[in-house]
Amino acid sequence: MLEINNLQATVADKPILKGLSLTINAGEIHAIMGPNGAGKSTLGYTLGGRPGYEVTGGSATFNGQDLFELAPHERAAAGLFLGFQYPVEIPGVSFVQFLRESANAQRKSRGEAPLSGGEFLKLAREKAGLLRMDMDMLKRPVNVGFSGGEKKRAEMVQMGILDPKLAILDETDSGLDIDALRVCGEGINAIMRKSDKAVLLITHYQRLLDYVKPDFVHVLAAGRIVKSGGADLALRLEEEGYEAVVQETAA
Amino acid sequence: MTLELTLPTRKDEDFRYSDIEALRSVWPIVTEEIEVAADAEGALEIVETGAGAVARHVAITLGKGAKFDLRVLTAGPAYGRIAVDVKLGEDADFTLGAAQLATGSETLEVVTQVTHAGLNATSAQIIRTVLAGASVGTYLGRIAVERGADGTDAEQSVRAMLLERTATANARPELEIYADDVKAAHGCAVGELDAQGLFYLMSRGLTPPQAKRLMLQAFIAEAFTGAPGEETLSEAALARLEAIL
Ligand SMILES: Nc1ncnc2c1ncn2[C@@H]1O[C@H](COP(=O)(O)OP(=O)(O)OP(=O)(O)O)[C@@H](O)[C@H]1O
Ligand SMILES: [Mg+2]
Repeated sequence: MLEINNLQATVADKPILKGLSLTINAGEIHAIMGPNGAGKSTLGYTLGGRPGYEVTGGSATFNGQDLFELAPHERAAAGLFLGFQYPVEIPGVSFVQFLRESANAQRKSRGEAPLSGGEFLKLAREKAGLLRMDMDMLKRPVNVGFSGGEKKRAEMVQMGILDPKLAILDETDSGLDIDALRVCGEGINAIMRKSDKAVLLITHYQRLLDYVKPDFVHVLAAGRIVKSGGADLALRLEEEGYEAVVQETAA
Repeated sequence: MTLELTLPTRKDEDFRYSDIEALRSVWPIVTEEIEVAADAEGALEIVETGAGAVARHVAITLGKGAKFDLRVLTAGPAYGRIAVDVKLGEDADFTLGAAQLATGSETLEVVTQVTHAGLNATSAQIIRTVLAGASVGTYLGRIAVERGADGTDAEQSVRAMLLERTATANARPELEIYADDVKAAHGCAVGELDAQGLFYLMSRGLTPPQAKRLMLQAFIAEAFTGAPGEETLSEAALARLEAIL
């Protein structure tokens, strides 16, 4: 589904990703862990096409398409979803309006008929329910006045509505309370654990992985994947820390 | 010939950013007088969406306890000037919500003179300007609080959004206060659309013009909030926005 090969990227002329390679197949759930400042969010933003994140080398192929040839909205329409570490507040624009237009923009570019107001609301209500989010919150301006955890939950509602093929979820677990973590974990499974979909979870802690069992765990340090393993790698990292595990690789 | 009939020049403070050549084509401007009696209420919508030059001057006098709601949408004219003089008596209340949308080489301006002449009157002005191309958008807003007009509350919120670096926004709020216990909050900002917000919207599938339009709709809506004709004003603004983007 996604094949990243020797990716190099800079932010403000500073090299952050330094030859990162990763292959994600349909049906797989991958987790990326790694120290602060390693480049995890940079990877997500670079794949999403955020302005200011410049690809200086390597490639990323998404379902046969060169990802970097596409504008951000085209990547979304192709089935890429980016769950933000810090979701952005947009005053004056309601979630309902924003998401309905987004869903229909994606559908249009795929040659599908737009959702009517009623169809959209039904879909939104169903996904909000799945994430146990009060539908009234979706009538409010995008993320404005939402608590940290509510913003993350709203990201998952958006994912449910937009129904992507690949979700890159940047620290979706941070800011969630214990119950919300379970609800979001179950939500990710319900929406994304399918044979034709895939997930890349960026996280610092094992706790989300208790609910969303990864098939592969990778350690990203200094702009590269320095170690990969199965679900047990996350447990070892939690016990021993990055330094010990990463050094063992270098040795 | 009276002074009023002489075409102004850019040396005139109130015309310093005007398109004088375009102004000539609609000169002289006939003042539209509006008087609102004590405790009465009035409202006016000025919607200029044609392409030709237009210049209007409205003079409003508010009696004791009178209320007036004025909304302005200038979106289309090559040159559009809306000048408003308001005189508020005791306890009077004046609201102005104005949006100007321009592109190309259009020049739009809102020029206000709000005079608080009596005790405890309130005025609130919200001006939102969206400028694309090499257009020019101006707000000149003078607030005068006369001697004895204690307890005045006069607000100005002025914001302009530049869609291109080639556009120009001028904003000049002015205050002359000769009374006590006066509240005069004013905010004035010229900016560009928030790049982070735009990326967030586009990452969900909105095209760049759709994302911009959504953010600008919200920006303009602030000028029409609570207006009797809020919906039609917003729709007219949206039509122009879509043409500009
Ligand atoms: N605009 C910028 N200018 C300069 N450096 C930047 C900029 N944005 C990010 N960086 C740097 O890029 C590096 C990688 O940042 P990134 O956000 O990808 O880290 P991360 O792995 O997601 O960290 P965390 O676990 O704290 O979220 C950091 O050293 C950061 O300071
Ligand atoms: Mg990060």
